[in-house]
Amino acid sequence: MPQTTENWTRFLPSSMRSWRNAGIFLPFLILFITLSIASDPFLRTVNLLNILDQQSGILIIAAAGTLILVSGSIDLSVGATYALVGCVSAQFALTHSVFSSVVLGLLLGLGVGIVNGVVVAILKINSLIATLAMSFVIGGLGSKITEGNLIVLAEKPEYGKIAQSSLLGVNSSIWIMVFVVITLGFLLTRTTTGRYIIAAGGNSQAARLAGIRVSFVKIIAFGLSGMAAGLAGMIDASRVLSASAALGSTLAFTVLAGIVVGGTSIAGGEGSVWRTAVGVLFIALIGNGFDLIGIDPLYKQITLGGILLIAVGLDAWARNNRR
Amino acid sequence: MTRHKNELEIVRVSKSFGGVAALSDVSLTIKPGAVHSLVGENGAGKSTLGKIISGLHTADSGEVFLGGNKVHFKSPREALAHGIVTIAQELAIVPGLTVAENVLLGEEPRRFGFIRRKKLRKDFAELAKRVGFEFSPNTLAGSLSVAEQQKIEILRALSRNASIIIMDEPTAALSRQEAEALHTVIRNLSAAGTTVILVSHFLSEVLELSDTISVLRDGILIKTAPASECSQESLIELMLGRSLGAIYPEKVFPHHSAPTVLFVNNLCAAGVSNAWLSVRAGEILGIAGLVGSGRTELARAIFRDSKINSGTIEINGVRITGKAPLAALQRGISMLPESRKDLGLLIERSIQENITLSSVSKWSRLGIINPRREKYVVEKILEKVVVKSSGIKQKVSHLSGGNQQKVLLARTIMSNPRVLIVDEPTRGVDVGSKRAIYDLLVALAQDGLGIIAISSDLEEVLGIAHRVLVIRGGRIVSELSGRSMSEHAVLEAAFTEKS
Repeated sequence: MPQTTENWTRFLPSSMRSWRNAGIFLPFLILFITLSIASDPFLRTVNLLNILDQQSGILIIAAAGTLILVSGSIDLSVGATYALVGCVSAQFALTHSVFSSVVLGLLLGLGVGIVNGVVVAILKINSLIATLAMSFVIGGLGSKITEGNLIVLAEKPEYGKIAQSSLLGVNSSIWIMVFVVITLGFLLTRTTTGRYIIAAGGNSQAARLAGIRVSFVKIIAFGLSGMAAGLAGMIDASRVLSASAALGSTLAFTVLAGIVVGGTSIAGGEGSVWRTAVGVLFIALIGNGFDLIGIDPLYKQITLGGILLIAVGLDAWARNNRR
Repeated sequence: MTRHKNELEIVRVSKSFGGVAALSDVSLTIKPGAVHSLVGENGAGKSTLGKIISGLHTADSGEVFLGGNKVHFKSPREALAHGIVTIAQELAIVPGLTVAENVLLGEEPRRFGFIRRKKLRKDFAELAKRVGFEFSPNTLAGSLSVAEQQKIEILRALSRNASIIIMDEPTAALSRQEAEALHTVIRNLSAAGTTVILVSHFLSEVLELSDTISVLRDGILIKTAPASECSQESLIELMLGRSLGAIYPEKVFPHHSAPTVLFVNNLCAAGVSNAWLSVRAGEILGIAGLVGSGRTELARAIFRDSKINSGTIEINGVRITGKAPLAALQRGISMLPESRKDLGLLIERSIQENITLSSVSKWSRLGIINPRREKYVVEKILEKVVVKSSGIKQKVSHLSGGNQQKVLLARTIMSNPRVLIVDEPTRGVDVGSKRAIYDLLVALAQDGLGIIAISSDLEEVLGIAHRVLVIRGGRIVSELSGRSMSEHAVLEAAFTEKS
């Protein structure tokens, strides 16, 4: 087995040489090539940029979500935060400047994330349950603030500049996404905070004894996740110039699917932001491809479910094989 | 010639993992009812041999005969059907079930799918009586000590009519008392006709219990001989392929004017009452005591890993305030925790990352890690602490126990401590690495560190410490130094109830 792995990965950079690192990259490549052959419109710049534009919010949340999973937690409240921040920022923008409403949105997202982090790390409530509960609280707040209405930004078209400004023919939503993915990827691999996140998720006892403030590190991860969810909420509000508290109910699961398909372990302690990005795009390509080729969208979900099971199964298999 | 049905014969067995030979051409006969020990350094192949016999691994070539018949076990379940059972280091008990339920797990007497509780207890009582174990059948298994839990596994093995029991490091986690109880069990099993295959690092234990000893080195069977013809020295020489010299390095006592680096003043914490102690620069202070006596609790309290109720800890006269190990680390106390896998290592990360974990923030600017700088500091420390590996990017899960321990030691040294606490520094470490770890501790002490060494291995404490404190029931009950440092004195202090 090990020999064969070496053979076909010889042409890859060393960081991708283990199957785990290369894992999602090859299927992605194969899918990409297949779609390029099978569908003419697929490879057009418009289509590709469209995919990136649509996925920018999810990619941003998933990049931060990777940090959460690596730190050994899970954040199910991102969908609710996404909706809340989108609404609050949009509402605020109706009477204030776009800049101040973005700052407000980021701070609100950060605040929600820190509350999540405190509940998980200090009160020691299981993150799955804690963030599920928080998502109800946040969702309720969102509904209360908007009173169930759609917030329309038709009178404030400047808000659209957040996501729709064009630079070198590429939307600002994509630029923001690229910036966030690169920054968080750098944070995880090349900073002390990243090391501490990995240690906290890999073995929190050992991390504590090594002098790491495990609670603090977890709160940072949740803070970033909340901020990313807020940013994504504002980008999507800006793309359609409206916001609603009812959005984002399945977002947490879409994000989680992308991270896991990317090969980040749900057990914590390892993962990579760039693989998450490939994982999210892999799922997006399947959706896009099915649409272009004209397959019944029903199969899209079934395929996605199957891929998710394979990804989690491979992770479990790899962990068992280590023994 | 007819063979006994439980005679186990291994003929020219070889096994390799990913191209590395773990066993080559090993032939061995294990006599029924004997205690047959397998010894060797970590990676010598003794555990692999045990796993082939028990069906956990399949041999690449060679044959195994049981009572003259060729057998080929593909799983532990098949081996079990032939009466071969392994009791592994990691015990397989269900903590929430009672002793009796654990022993008869999966073989409960039932009727219409319901467990017959009375019959279950009766079956258990009969079995326990036959073996001579005293056990309350209704105790929850999770509330028992490791030694008692091992007895559950032994009973379970016997309840399935095991005739050959393989024990992999059964006493590694036991206190001396518990180990001795287990020794009695092993002798009784053997006397009753059960074969025991013992894999152990403790040579004194091996010599005391075994009828026959086989020595393995690098996957090759070096020698099989009656235990009566072996001694610790001869075994070590066979295991290493060279003579080790003394097991312990020569003691270098601190200068009489060496200053006190650590002063613990009337410390009370969970499991520790009124502890006073001091360590001088260059001194190795040993702490001995039974498992559960408060040794580890004392270490954890000094390292600020547990809450302190009263008392103070001073480094060079400066009191340590603040909670959590971080406070201790910042003031110059480092600790090598007792269980490297649970409390020390990030098992899936690289040697490099594991080594720099505690110190990475010190040499990083604005929290950004400079990879070249990291490589440099790691390579520098590895000149001092030699770790056998394929490179600093190798995952620590692929290292042997001894090398893993050295990685952790390198981490503790990286934070530049003035006091180093080592808790069970050589647990699960092979003989060769043990000496390397001792040498390192001695060298660190000579550099002016104060060292506290805690160990269940009494010989080890006496072998490296300049002075020994004996702890019992959370209290320091005796201080021994110079000529009064003897096994007898330590045991007397550790066991005696008065004081």
